[in-house]
Amino acid sequence: MKTRLTTLGDLNLGIQFAALKRNAMVFHFVLLSLFLTGSSNADRIDFNRDIRPILADRCFNCHGLAEKNREANLRLDRPDGEDGALRTHEGSTAIKPGDLKASQLWHRITTDDEDERMPPADANKEPLSLDEQQLFKQWILEGAEYEDFWAFVPPQRRPRSEVKNEAWRKGMIDPHVMARLERQGLQPKGEADKRTLIRRVTFDLTGLPPNLAEIEEFLKDDSPNAYATLVDRLLDNKAHGEHMARYWADLVRLADTNGMHKDFYRNFSTYRSWLIRAFNDNLRFDDFVKYQLAGDLYAEPSEDQLVASGFNRLHLIIDRGTALPEESHHKNVLDRVQAFGTAFLGLTVQCGQCHEHKYDPISQKEFYELYAFFNNFDGAPETEGAPPGGIQAPSVTLGASAENSDASERVAMVMKERATPKPTHILIRGSYEHPGEEVQRNTPAFLPPLKQKDGVYTRMDLAEWLVDPQHPLTPRVAVNRLWQQIFGAGLVKTSEDFGTRGEWPSHPELLDELALGFVESGWDVKKLVRAIVSSKTYRQSSDAEPEEFASDPENRLLARGSRYRMDAEMIRDQIFFLSGKLNRKMYGESVKPPQPPGLWEAVSMAAPFTYVADKGDAIYRRSFYTYWRRAMPPPQMTIMNAPSREFCTTRRERTNTPLQALLLMNEQEFFKAAKACAALTLQEANNEVSKGLTRLYEKVTSHRPDQQRTQLLQETLDEFRALYSEDKALTEAFTPELTDADFNQRVELAAWTMMTHSLLNLELAKVKR
Amino acid sequence: MTDLTNSFQQFCDLQNRRQFIKQAGIGLGAAAVSSLAQPASAAVPAGCHHQPRANRVIFLFMAGAPSQLDLFDYKPDLEKLHGQPLPPEISKGQRVTAMTRGKKQVICASVFKFAPQGQSGLYMSELLPHLSTLADDICLIKSTYTEAINHDPGKTFFCTGAEVPGRPSMGSWLSYGLGSMNKDLPEFVVLTSAFWSGKVNVQALYSRLWGTAFLPSKHQGIAFQSVGDPVLFLSNPPGVDRKTRSKMLEFVAKVNQQQQQLTGDAEIQTSIAQQEMAFRMQTSVPELTDLSGESQAAMEMYGEEVHKTGSFARNCLLARRMAERDVRFIQLFHRGWDHHSSLPTHLRGQARDVDQPIAGLLKDLKQRGLLEDTLVVCAGEFGRTTYAQGNPDRNNYGRDHHPRCFTTWMSGGGIKGGISYGETDDFCYNVAKDPVHIRDFHATMLHQLGIDHERLTFPYQGLNHRLTGVEASRVVKEILS
Repeated sequence: MKTRLTTLGDLNLGIQFAALKRNAMVFHFVLLSLFLTGSSNADRIDFNRDIRPILADRCFNCHGLAEKNREANLRLDRPDGEDGALRTHEGSTAIKPGDLKASQLWHRITTDDEDERMPPADANKEPLSLDEQQLFKQWILEGAEYEDFWAFVPPQRRPRSEVKNEAWRKGMIDPHVMARLERQGLQPKGEADKRTLIRRVTFDLTGLPPNLAEIEEFLKDDSPNAYATLVDRLLDNKAHGEHMARYWADLVRLADTNGMHKDFYRNFSTYRSWLIRAFNDNLRFDDFVKYQLAGDLYAEPSEDQLVASGFNRLHLIIDRGTALPEESHHKNVLDRVQAFGTAFLGLTVQCGQCHEHKYDPISQKEFYELYAFFNNFDGAPETEGAPPGGIQAPSVTLGASAENSDASERVAMVMKERATPKPTHILIRGSYEHPGEEVQRNTPAFLPPLKQKDGVYTRMDLAEWLVDPQHPLTPRVAVNRLWQQIFGAGLVKTSEDFGTRGEWPSHPELLDELALGFVESGWDVKKLVRAIVSSKTYRQSSDAEPEEFASDPENRLLARGSRYRMDAEMIRDQIFFLSGKLNRKMYGESVKPPQPPGLWEAVSMAAPFTYVADKGDAIYRRSFYTYWRRAMPPPQMTIMNAPSREFCTTRRERTNTPLQALLLMNEQEFFKAAKACAALTLQEANNEVSKGLTRLYEKVTSHRPDQQRTQLLQETLDEFRALYSEDKALTEAFTPELTDADFNQRVELAAWTMMTHSLLNLELAKVKR
Repeated sequence: MTDLTNSFQQFCDLQNRRQFIKQAGIGLGAAAVSSLAQPASAAVPAGCHHQPRANRVIFLFMAGAPSQLDLFDYKPDLEKLHGQPLPPEISKGQRVTAMTRGKKQVICASVFKFAPQGQSGLYMSELLPHLSTLADDICLIKSTYTEAINHDPGKTFFCTGAEVPGRPSMGSWLSYGLGSMNKDLPEFVVLTSAFWSGKVNVQALYSRLWGTAFLPSKHQGIAFQSVGDPVLFLSNPPGVDRKTRSKMLEFVAKVNQQQQQLTGDAEIQTSIAQQEMAFRMQTSVPELTDLSGESQAAMEMYGEEVHKTGSFARNCLLARRMAERDVRFIQLFHRGWDHHSSLPTHLRGQARDVDQPIAGLLKDLKQRGLLEDTLVVCAGEFGRTTYAQGNPDRNNYGRDHHPRCFTTWMSGGGIKGGISYGETDDFCYNVAKDPVHIRDFHATMLHQLGIDHERLTFPYQGLNHRLTGVEASRVVKEILS
């Protein structure tokens, strides 16, 4: 361990320094991988963990899989073969195991001679740092062993490391986390207090805060099962499905418009409803995948299966205009393949579109073999004007049910195959105008083969292949995303890329154990979620020293509970929840809450693309039902980092910007909700000031204010009162609804609203902690 | 902020100044925590790879694709060929749009007169009388080309370097690479015209054109609105004024500070800094958009329409005000250039929309000494065909999309004025000399800002992405002064 990283203190310095360093991202990446080097066998080099990321970053561009740019007939991605790393070429051996001097690579990465140094200056890559050189030195001396890339071999259960802390030896999560902490000489935090815990887990499982009664019930329940009871109750809450489905919506770019040209409306509300139900009913994840990828190919597909197959129709689509239909067809297929690759494989298969993938073993031919599965859609590649009702053929009409009271909600766009498969060719340089060799449907050779069968492989074969228990990627990618959803960062941080350029997992054994457990449980999503939120790891307090935040800002070591700003939807839903206005109606077509004027007009191709906000309680639906126009998504969401849903997004970024501050300060519905919340709370507290303040604070934060804070609340309320009582005009502008009331009452409402509004703008109200 | 009671500001002042400034720096100096390039020498500004010639860009995007044949690329010989078929050895059976596929390609000469302008004698069409007076300050690039043949991919390519959505926009790359030059305004501002003369039903825009894709979203373009708040959610709700807002922020900052003592998360400091920035923007943005201090003479340079909110002219004036306040990348979008039919009528109107305002902008920048380090560029997503769409009626022709050659221009910011770079063939169909791909255009822009386009990268999904992508591209050194 010494050679890699001396102390956490160094690391801390390193990360701060990285902020100023040129090409900081690469530097940071290397540091982080050093930081995350916590294997059980710390003294030996692990090729996948220590060496491959550096090779991939600095070397594979010219010495990798792709033939096009290959230099010196040398590949460093494999040891053997005429061009492998161990080969001798013109008297020079790149790597000679155990012998630094005879290893040309060692010379090239350490020399000061700019003409000889690798990577060369014109590659615009950083030279290897001293730490990195040390890794190579040790690796070559230890025998320069190559290993298959970890994510491409099936997950395995490895013998668990000894964990000293007895309390952390149980379950499939805690021992792995603790083993890592003990190796680094770190201690976990104690369990968070019950108020923090119920707030955290309620947000994580439902996307909403707990109400006061729920908090009280949990506090009163001192049985050892109190937390388990709470988790079960939350998993049964219908809001759970809505919350889970929302993450899936980002992943598969679910939206209400076509995303191109005139950006017409499309109706995918039945698919959204199905997603919500699938999560609430705990549909097995393997079926969840199969329905979406190939639901139309069941012998007698159910309505759900057909609706789910709409996954293949979520791509951008252009309306007929000047575009060429064959180009549109090609773009649609590409979009489908990319979605398949990102959502299920966690791979950047799309890189194979124009050339061999530079980093992962996906040839261009293999890319088009995958493409062939999606190249046979029986429908138009473009819409004809605005599709009636937002539905473009092929579609299916469904029977009435509890969730589709309106006939317009009973139609779903579905996937459909043409009777005879359309031939697929390699497209030279990715251009649909230049077809090359014809290819047949198949999966990439580095992954397990498709089951032998006669005849043409179908999307159903592809789906079954994906959920084969031995598949190295599907379960890992799925559990990693769930982990990310709950902890803020995945065990593999690059949840969109499990290829060789992706990041080495922080806890490889844990990832594998979760993946295996997930498959063995019958792909039981709720069981997995329950296991995660029940772990001691999850239940830790998130309070820590500034140094701990600085040394591990994303909490990758899990030495504390996670603490990060919540998503746009959670913040907005919370505001309406607290105001008592949140409309819990489920399912149905998207709704349009008010937004600032002129946004659509500024980008649209003329009428009818004017945003007409809904009225009544429709505007208080959960944010997941908000109309998502791809060319101009709702600003209340995008300002808080929601994606445009034009392409698949596996993880949202979390930034902290002045526009976010402005949104929470001034959005009119948010502000009205603060007023409603203030009025409601005052009423509940029978206008008793201290009771009201406590209650208000508790609603917003799930905690009771301590004495110091109570005093601050009281003072601030008084100051607001003073400001408003001195300014008649301002008070009147604030409270147009109280024209008949006396002035003091109006001052009171203004002051209480500002108090509530202030609380809603606290960091405490925005973070999950 | 004037002498207004400002308890929030006072509160902030009471904080440990050093720490506060440091933390605010993290929040505001956009690139500070991402990829500040290390200067090669002390004289090179942060973020730059070499000494920049420009510190900011004003990008005038003519969405819909104006006709180069009727504005800049003078082809007198086409007069004689008018009405004749385009020789197949010129068109080479190349891809056309679905609108003109399989149709005859009949040459259509421009109806507009051209004349040499200024000392340099650059030819410009009679539709640009004001811009013509600045010919000596402009570098026309007649050999610009792209691959995209339809608007959506074309605009997406010009604005993000890729036809398919998912790449960061030009301005966000600059914000990411160079950070902010000011503390009260965003680095990247977008201004869209609210109306135009060409046609009512015109090509759409998409927020992705100023989006960040995988770059940190703080680098995204802030679209100023022509109705309501110029910056979304800028104004306080009714009944909230500066003093009550200040009181509210003071309380919030106080509790947040206390919370940080308890939890140690430095992100809380950033929240406080951003709320302070939001508070400052509530003053700085209205000050920016308030034109009451502009002299009559200055206003007049931009033409009559400068008095209308949402006009291109007004946006040009705002662009100058932003340039003065060191906004890094200011992008204007003017729609209505997609002239498949009735081009002479529509183009007249469109040219009138932009001619005087652009000339006014250039003159104004020049007078204030800002043109020297401000790069002004003007482009559409592609060009238009030399053959008519429909009947080549001299007064009522239309032209289809044409990616193979079109004219863009640059001015100021270290670009040679009064030159024309690159040539098209006699038919204005193919590039004949010195092709400039949009990637080269991007590389050149970045170069002027002190950035090596191959070194401004961001790792995502295994690739070190850059604005100019993986294909070869070059800085067009020939046009640099």
